[in-house]
Amino acid sequence: MKTTDPISRAEKVSWLLVTPLACVLAFFLLLPIATITVVSFWNYNEWSFFPDFILDNYAFHLTSHVTWATYLKTLKFMALTWIFCTAIGFTVAYFLAFHVRSLSVQIALFLVCTIPFWTSNIIRMISWIPFLGRNGIANSALIGMGVIDEPLEWLLYSDFAVVLAFVHLYALFMVVPIFNTMMRIDKSLIEAARDAGASSLQILTNVIIPLTKPGIMIGSIFVVTVVMGDFITVRHMSGGQSASVGRLISNEIALLQYPSAAASSVVLLCTVLIMIAVMMRFVDIRKEL
Amino acid sequence: MEPRPRSFYLLAAFFALFVIFLYGPILTIGVLSFQGPQGGLTFPMNGVSLHWFADLFEQQAVGDIWGSFRRSFALGLMVMIVTVVFSVMGGLAFRNRFRGSTVLFYVIIASLIIPSILVSLGVGLIFNILDLDVHWATSGFGAQLTWTLPFGLLIMFAVFNRFDRSYEEAARDLGANAWQTLRHVVLPIIGPSLIGIALFGFTLSYDEFARTLLTAGSYNTLPLEIFGMTTNVTSPVLYALGTLTTLFSLVIIGSFLTIGVVLRRRRTRLGSDAGKGLV
Repeated sequence: MKTTDPISRAEKVSWLLVTPLACVLAFFLLLPIATITVVSFWNYNEWSFFPDFILDNYAFHLTSHVTWATYLKTLKFMALTWIFCTAIGFTVAYFLAFHVRSLSVQIALFLVCTIPFWTSNIIRMISWIPFLGRNGIANSALIGMGVIDEPLEWLLYSDFAVVLAFVHLYALFMVVPIFNTMMRIDKSLIEAARDAGASSLQILTNVIIPLTKPGIMIGSIFVVTVVMGDFITVRHMSGGQSASVGRLISNEIALLQYPSAAASSVVLLCTVLIMIAVMMRFVDIRKEL
Repeated sequence: MEPRPRSFYLLAAFFALFVIFLYGPILTIGVLSFQGPQGGLTFPMNGVSLHWFADLFEQQAVGDIWGSFRRSFALGLMVMIVTVVFSVMGGLAFRNRFRGSTVLFYVIIASLIIPSILVSLGVGLIFNILDLDVHWATSGFGAQLTWTLPFGLLIMFAVFNRFDRSYEEAARDLGANAWQTLRHVVLPIIGPSLIGIALFGFTLSYDEFARTLLTAGSYNTLPLEIFGMTTNVTSPVLYALGTLTTLFSLVIIGSFLTIGVVLRRRRTRLGSDAGKGLV
């Protein structure tokens, strides 16, 4: 009789368990990405697209100055959003983790921060309209206080509104991982630093920030990817006046120029993956789980 | 207790501002959805009424909101169940190293960070090329799973990292087989965390827009319907809808949290039989 090796048996069970998941990801993630890559070399006319091997889609995309301007704009949105989200996320997490003393209050305040995340993104976006509009709360308040004489036009439908909405939508993506890593910092390390004569600022820069780096990185990966791929926030909050790479793709889709949209998608995907690869050099995601 | 340092009050004020920033706009549209019939999209309030809520219930006025709500709800439930089941299976599988586990792990991470619109475009293209009809329950369903499964799995990884395997060993020593160990020991212990995965699965699906954009077919889900409305509806009926969906989300979170608390209580109540063998 053949003896069954226990290790290989456990492995077989693992494979069986993971099959449904792997199938979903293979068909709805890997295959789509492969299809996009293939279609990006296809040709198209006004009413259909068909197999071919042409580089025109890329050539057109990469040589158009619109593309480069759009990438620059998207990177600007990303950088600003990242800076604000990191600053806010770190400060909020720092307050919750090191200044709130009881665990149940920490959890309660943390929940307060997460609840808005569960409501619709689009609703949260449009909820800025009565705030920022020409006759909105912000303008009325500023006029009432005598700070300005006439309404500020750049509050709504502007780059300012886009970044504000991004920060509003995604600041939580920074709070959660940073709070998570901060909660795991051994408090005795901070006491040791204080006993050794470190000031609060030195503790922050030499102990807490280095130990929180993995959380900051994970949050950054989230913020960078959602902002790079976004097309709806930019469209809504800029009133259609600003472009982003995601909007470029969704416009091409709307015009049924699928091969062209596919080529733009491949370029976007490569850009995002390179950014992530750079960030992953600072943190081992697998170890953080 | 030592006195609070000054930095505490500064940070507390910052935190309060952050909370106002998060809630302020939503509360504003909540108030504005009670505009009078002549009221507009901004203050001042032009009377107080339920006019715009009533408008929502007249189907022809604002499109098929209730149909899309029903579809989103059904889709959310489907995604939720599959996410919970597949995530638990995946979580169990990843407790042992198996050949390909590293590759699969990176595919799961990739699933989280690949821009949603690419998944939408890719799935749409496949169905187009294969000459299949896109439908929210097939292509839309699959596209949403690529978003909810990674979240479910990451929660599962966190759960199993803290799982004490000696409970399972004890069960095996008492003669339980693998299925019995899972059914009577592992699942009851991880039960409350499954509520978290279910909540994630449902709400991520219920709110998902980009991944269903090209994969839902001719029947809209609620986020798609709302998106359509934002481009052509310029009355407070939009705010009324926003208020209702926000309230609905809160009810969902509330009920999941309640179930979680009840399960936890029950577990602590029934979990130990210490002393029961006496007299």
